[in-house]
Amino acid sequence: MTAASSATATGARPVGGNARRSRAVRLTVRGIVLLYLALLLLLPVAMVFIRAFEGGIGPVVQAIGRPAFQAAFWLTVQITVITVPICTVMGVVTALAIARRRFPGRAVLNALVDLPFALSPIVIGLSLFLVYGTNSPIGGFLADHGITVIFAVPGMILATIFVCLPFVIREVVPVLREIGTDQEEAAYTLGAGPVRTFWRVTLPAIRWGIVYGVILTTARSLGEFGAVAIVSGKISGKTITLTTHVQERYEAFDIVGAYTASIVLAGMALLVLVGMQLYQSGRLHRGSSDDAPSSLMLEPVSTAGSRTGGGI
Amino acid sequence: MAIRVEGINKRFGTFTALNDVSLNVPDGQLTALLGPSGSGKSTLLRIIAGLETPDSGSVFLGDRDVTRVPPQQRGIGFVFQHYAPFKHMTVRDNVAFGLTIRKRPKAEIEHRVKELLQLVQIEQFGDRYPAQLSGGQRQRMALARALAVEPEVLLLDEPFGALDARVRKELRSWLRRLHDETHVTTVFVTHDQEEAMDVADTIVVMDNARIEQVGSPRDLYEHPANEFVMSFVGPVTRVDESWVRPHDLDILTEPTENATEAMIERVVYLGFEVRVELLRTDGSHVWAQVPRDQAESLELTRGQIVYVRPSKARVFSAA
Amino acid sequence: MTDAVSSRPQSRSGVGGFYDGRGLLGPGLAALYLGLIVLIPISALIWQSFGEGLDAFLAAVTSPQALAALRLTFWASLIVVLINAVMGTLVAWVLVRDDFRGKAIINSLIDLPFALPTIVTGLTLLALYGPRSPFGINIAYQPVSILIALLFVTLPFMVRSVQPVLLELDRDMEEAAASLGASPVTVIRRVILPNLVPAILTGGALCFARCMGEFGSVVLISGNIPSSTEVASVYIKGLIEGDRPSAAAAVSVLLLIFSLVLLTTFDLLRRRISRHSEVG
Repeated sequence: MTAASSATATGARPVGGNARRSRAVRLTVRGIVLLYLALLLLLPVAMVFIRAFEGGIGPVVQAIGRPAFQAAFWLTVQITVITVPICTVMGVVTALAIARRRFPGRAVLNALVDLPFALSPIVIGLSLFLVYGTNSPIGGFLADHGITVIFAVPGMILATIFVCLPFVIREVVPVLREIGTDQEEAAYTLGAGPVRTFWRVTLPAIRWGIVYGVILTTARSLGEFGAVAIVSGKISGKTITLTTHVQERYEAFDIVGAYTASIVLAGMALLVLVGMQLYQSGRLHRGSSDDAPSSLMLEPVSTAGSRTGGGI
Repeated sequence: MAIRVEGINKRFGTFTALNDVSLNVPDGQLTALLGPSGSGKSTLLRIIAGLETPDSGSVFLGDRDVTRVPPQQRGIGFVFQHYAPFKHMTVRDNVAFGLTIRKRPKAEIEHRVKELLQLVQIEQFGDRYPAQLSGGQRQRMALARALAVEPEVLLLDEPFGALDARVRKELRSWLRRLHDETHVTTVFVTHDQEEAMDVADTIVVMDNARIEQVGSPRDLYEHPANEFVMSFVGPVTRVDESWVRPHDLDILTEPTENATEAMIERVVYLGFEVRVELLRTDGSHVWAQVPRDQAESLELTRGQIVYVRPSKARVFSAA
Repeated sequence: MTDAVSSRPQSRSGVGGFYDGRGLLGPGLAALYLGLIVLIPISALIWQSFGEGLDAFLAAVTSPQALAALRLTFWASLIVVLINAVMGTLVAWVLVRDDFRGKAIINSLIDLPFALPTIVTGLTLLALYGPRSPFGINIAYQPVSILIALLFVTLPFMVRSVQPVLLELDRDMEEAAASLGASPVTVIRRVILPNLVPAILTGGALCFARCMGEFGSVVLISGNIPSSTEVASVYIKGLIEGDRPSAAAAVSVLLLIFSLVLLTTFDLLRRRISRHSEVG
């Protein structure tokens, strides 16, 4: 597998033709691309930091100190801390089932894994609301036993798991397929049972796939907005995540508050990017003997190939 | 530990891999399962190992019916074509794996691993990772790993298939010598008849989910049971309805009784032997193998008209 | 050297017994996980969409505002996919074939839209291209703002789809073409692009699906003016908040069917093309 995110390919080789002309072309294309990226990507992001600190550091620090911000921040962290392990463990279980087992309905399972990418987060929120809201059979049943899901944190966790579900699975399945069953069979013949084989042979072989899946899951979990907004009911102090807080501050005309929360989120996003970059360069050092995924481009789990990346 | 399989059937979807296969592998011998791709030889080996379960039939190791016994408990060693190294473990840890999970004392493991690494001559690579080894070294590591737990039966699935020709030959004779020392019942799968002839005590020729013939290399070569075995094990050329070994096709310069006329199309010098490709008057092509000195004394050249006569031929009745 | 695919019959995917892929504990747990989280909610969605009958379903999806939202979303998505097909490929090209200081940093930043929460994206775009734009460009509350937002969030999908293919592309092909007399333009047109098309289609499918459902980045800058700048997801949210869950479910189901049809079409197209060129 290639290291897409660490493109170290050689420079352009003019294939026939006039070298000077091709140099001009190359510089022009480079210029167009850099301009595009600057206008679309770099400037907007820089803008947020500039706007946040427009009035100096004071207002930003003040905004961070507010109880609403703190509550939103810790809620986001809490949801992430619960979501990521669940998605990781169940993701590995599911990946093993898909890649190593034959059973009726495997194709359906495949398709379900890709489904979150094809769904708008609003639709995801709605579907959870319909199942776990107090008006529905399941929701009503749970409410009678004192468990609130919708408009409470459990619902927000469910929504986050829904949107984060595919990442670990789609990173691990290709690795499992590529390494094949030989090593596991070797372990069996040497006397290792299925559990021991998993711990000592399979898990080490897929660990980088899991790591990358966890990075993606964490990023998505921290940044989830639409689905969580629907199921949370935006109850202030209780069910407002940091992303919802941004919107809420904006609508309250608290621009500094909105931008402050934004730069905190942007900072976390940049940390994720750094994590991804470290993972990539770590991969290069580990060399090609390691079976690890390399790029954001997650291979489809289902053979129907619905390769998507749903909105936050 | 002798191996016995009875009435094994195995299908993968619509593909029949093994069709009512029965076989006895004698204790302490080196047996080859020889056949083309798809003949069922690997499947049979994996069923013996417990890595596949047959649809019907039984597998016995010694007196024990192991048909339903998982691979962990069969006391076998298995070597894979692509080595199946534990990539994240050092060579030493790879070889120690079977002993480690049996919770042997550390000193014992160290001692045994050292012994084995010396036996397969990769002791100096003990602390390296499999990726840093050559193909031949990896396969030797795989062998050491399989032998570490003292299996009663050693199974090898095309063990030299992924190696280049020279290394293949070296490891081949090395395997034979190893077997002569340890006398572990060994079964290996190959599609290379030369390899089977070189190494094995007994060869099991398989084709199309069935066993065609079982015998020593010499038996198979001199007394093949059918056309398939004759053409698969050893060189063969067809003269009318007979099957003839090229070195049994005599070339004569004068017309002789029972000899047919042919023109030499090509003379190929293969070092010690000469291959002569001939076109007979009825339009069929045959080829003969003659020793160098004979080719020289007959002054065989392209375009020459000669007379060919099989000195020994086999005719097989229609199947 | 990696483990090559063994030459065994293809239906093998495990090892004998429990061991030959027939154990059911894992699949059972996986089915439970996906059932609870995905299958049941989506089934409830489909159920609810017909909750008030087929007529109500049709009425909900054909209401003028719904149609306007769906039309806007579809066309915006299509335009964005087309722009991405060009620009995304160009970006990938520069990242693979060109070399300049800072390329590595630019390369990592491509993933930024993925890591950045969409609401933050919306805010940043508003900062730059909204009422208080330092450039004086104000496109807030206009349909074109939707395009900018969608281009931002889908940038990585196209780039990361094409990049690996470009990296692995066999340069020998280009050299062979040149030795046969092909100009650089011809080489690009007849050798490189055909090999990139499957990846572009894949990236395009990903972009399309994402655009159809996008919410967070669009909701601030577009102004959500009904029948003008209101995208499908915002419209559905409005229905939910207006206590019309059946109508919301109906439009959601339509949106989902739409997306799935598009994805399948892209995929079929990709397979047909891949078969011809034997790539990827």
